[in-house]
Amino acid sequence: MSYFDRTKEQRSSAVISILATILRVALAILIPLIAFLVLYAGFLFLRAGNAPKWLITIVAILWGVGGVAVLYWIFNWIVEMFPEQWTIRLQPFVFVGPAMAILIWYLAWPAARTFYISLFDRDGPAAGNFVGLGNYVAVFTDRLMRQAFRNNIFFWILVATPLTVALGLLVAVLADRSRFERVSKSMIFMPMAISFVGASVIWNFIYEVKPVGASQIGLLNALVVGLGGQPQAWPAYTAIAPFNNLFLVIIVLWLQTGFAMVLFSAALKGIPEEIIEAARVDGATEVQVFFRIMIPYIMGTIITVTTTIVIFTLKIFDVVWVMTGGQFGSDVIATQFYRQSFIARNAGYGSAIAIVLLIAVIPVMVYNLRQFREQEAF
Amino acid sequence: MASVTYDQVTKRFGDVVAVNNLNLGIQDKEFLVLVGPSGCGKSTALRCLAGLEEISEGQILIGDRVVNDVPPKDRDIAMVFQSYALYPHMSVYDNMAFGLKLRRTPKAEINQRVQEAAKILGIEMLLDRKPKQLSGGQRQRVALGRAIVREPAVFLFDEPLSNLDAKLRVQTRAEITKLHQRLGTTFIYVTHDQVEAMTMADRIAVIRDGILQQSDTPQNLYDYPANVFVAGFIGSPSMNFFDATITGTADEMYIDTGTFRIKVSDSIKARLTDGLGRRVIFGIRPEDIFHPGYVSAGINAVKVESTVDVTELMGNEIFLYLMAGDHSYIARVDPRGHAHTGDKIEMVFNADNIQLFDADAENQPSMLKLG
Repeated sequence: MSYFDRTKEQRSSAVISILATILRVALAILIPLIAFLVLYAGFLFLRAGNAPKWLITIVAILWGVGGVAVLYWIFNWIVEMFPEQWTIRLQPFVFVGPAMAILIWYLAWPAARTFYISLFDRDGPAAGNFVGLGNYVAVFTDRLMRQAFRNNIFFWILVATPLTVALGLLVAVLADRSRFERVSKSMIFMPMAISFVGASVIWNFIYEVKPVGASQIGLLNALVVGLGGQPQAWPAYTAIAPFNNLFLVIIVLWLQTGFAMVLFSAALKGIPEEIIEAARVDGATEVQVFFRIMIPYIMGTIITVTTTIVIFTLKIFDVVWVMTGGQFGSDVIATQFYRQSFIARNAGYGSAIAIVLLIAVIPVMVYNLRQFREQEAF
Repeated sequence: MASVTYDQVTKRFGDVVAVNNLNLGIQDKEFLVLVGPSGCGKSTALRCLAGLEEISEGQILIGDRVVNDVPPKDRDIAMVFQSYALYPHMSVYDNMAFGLKLRRTPKAEINQRVQEAAKILGIEMLLDRKPKQLSGGQRQRVALGRAIVREPAVFLFDEPLSNLDAKLRVQTRAEITKLHQRLGTTFIYVTHDQVEAMTMADRIAVIRDGILQQSDTPQNLYDYPANVFVAGFIGSPSMNFFDATITGTADEMYIDTGTFRIKVSDSIKARLTDGLGRRVIFGIRPEDIFHPGYVSAGINAVKVESTVDVTELMGNEIFLYLMAGDHSYIARVDPRGHAHTGDKIEMVFNADNIQLFDADAENQPSMLKLG
């Protein structure tokens, strides 16, 4: 091959890759755009009509699901009309492209915009008072924010997460050997079906306090008084601060143990019986079998569950907001963010907190994804 | 070093009797093979000895010690599993050292024993690898190594070769036999493969439906099967069986199958426990039937008119599937004895090497005393 031919070929391959990129981006944007227009036209049409509600519902479902399916089908058909090489280059983007575009639109773009807002004062970019990283300095020096970090890191990550994992594992192992496996596991899994707000309302009743002397309707206080103690508003019991946070931790424990248990249970059932028998014959006690064979065998699952719960507890909001509203030293990063953004209406500061939370979650998320990849989940 | 005794051992799973009143003594240093078809209870018998199953009745002794209530870890046994059951998160070295570490063996001794076992098995260069990185044959060796380093009183093997390909199986078979000679420990080996049993065992115990059928040396099992089941199970291709009746007079007895008659030879008559008029199952091994052109010298030849149904050339021999009247049977003949489907041949039976079983008795036991 001569020098000139090669450069010509290289040049043409550069042209092809640029053209391919343009077409791919076009597909990614065009498809959701058309989908949106088609759906919107359908919405206008149905709104103008006088048909009975049930008919509108059915047509809307058919229009929505069918319309998007037809759209994908048409674009796939168009791409397949291209020469084979171009079909190979473009076809994945007919399907993945729109999802990427939409994710960029409502996930990546808002994140970038939030960061931009965080560089301004309480009135945001519109007012034009640029403060640089001033908000971030405040995030790490504000007393309430420091309290929020303490709660998030100590009570939620270092206490709630290991407790949930340990409890889930314990229940999974014990249930595995129990005759009441199904019943007990269903009971423990049940709270997963309840929303965090709903769970908080339930626990509000458990922690409910009445004045001394009145009969206690809260389960915990009824027990405490029955045993001769003083009734307390437990999550607001500042005499033991900051350990009143533990009453909130218990709620999340109740909610999340079932999640951990189900995953551990599946992992434990995946351990071949012969390996455990081999360890027994090799001289291991049941405790040694558990710690030296079973735990290492399911380590991948343990890490996945732990990181998932860490991510969840970093973002914890609902339970704290409903139970205490962040008072009595129970503030966390997310409640601070909410208070600053939507109650104090401090756009810049609130955005800065959101960005800090995002940055805190990212390393755990990356580790989690890497773990999934190792387990060949994708 | 220890003997093993099954004393009236019964194991039930709900209503299913997996092992039924098993009495079996295994001597110190013996290589005993438990053999039988799938689901006959042989693995269960082994797992009872290992302590992985509790027995329902009777007792098991290792040496002089009753081990019914002794947990597996205190029985001084090592076991090799069919799936190898290696610990996937440990290196080969740690897999082999695991049992010793649990027993708080000094590190230097662990190292020495692991290295020694690795050398015997030729896996020194694999010690740092994880089980995932090994081939099936290598995993098999590691599983053997894990058992060897423990220096147990009894080795248990649960179908350890089933997952290997045919060539590797033959090779490993010989290695296990060598290992037994070298270690001089009691080996108890479970398999459904009668070839493995024949080639490796000092003694074979044949089990069927949880019941011990016969336990003897491979040669005795082959020559003097106790009943029809053992006769048919040991040997490949299996022994041919014909329904027959003993006819004639006390001096001149015949085995009459309805299609052909075979005169009972003097040597057989001397061993026969019962006689005339009895319904019997007449058995003869395929290698005791000859092509008329290639009959071995010195046999008691009886001719049987037959038709060739199918021929299978094995290279060193030919399997002929034949019909004599309504009876079909297999002969294993000289490769020069060419035959084609449909040919009529006068096959030659060696009447000195036959078996007779009582057709009417339970379990159809042999009617011949040991020779």
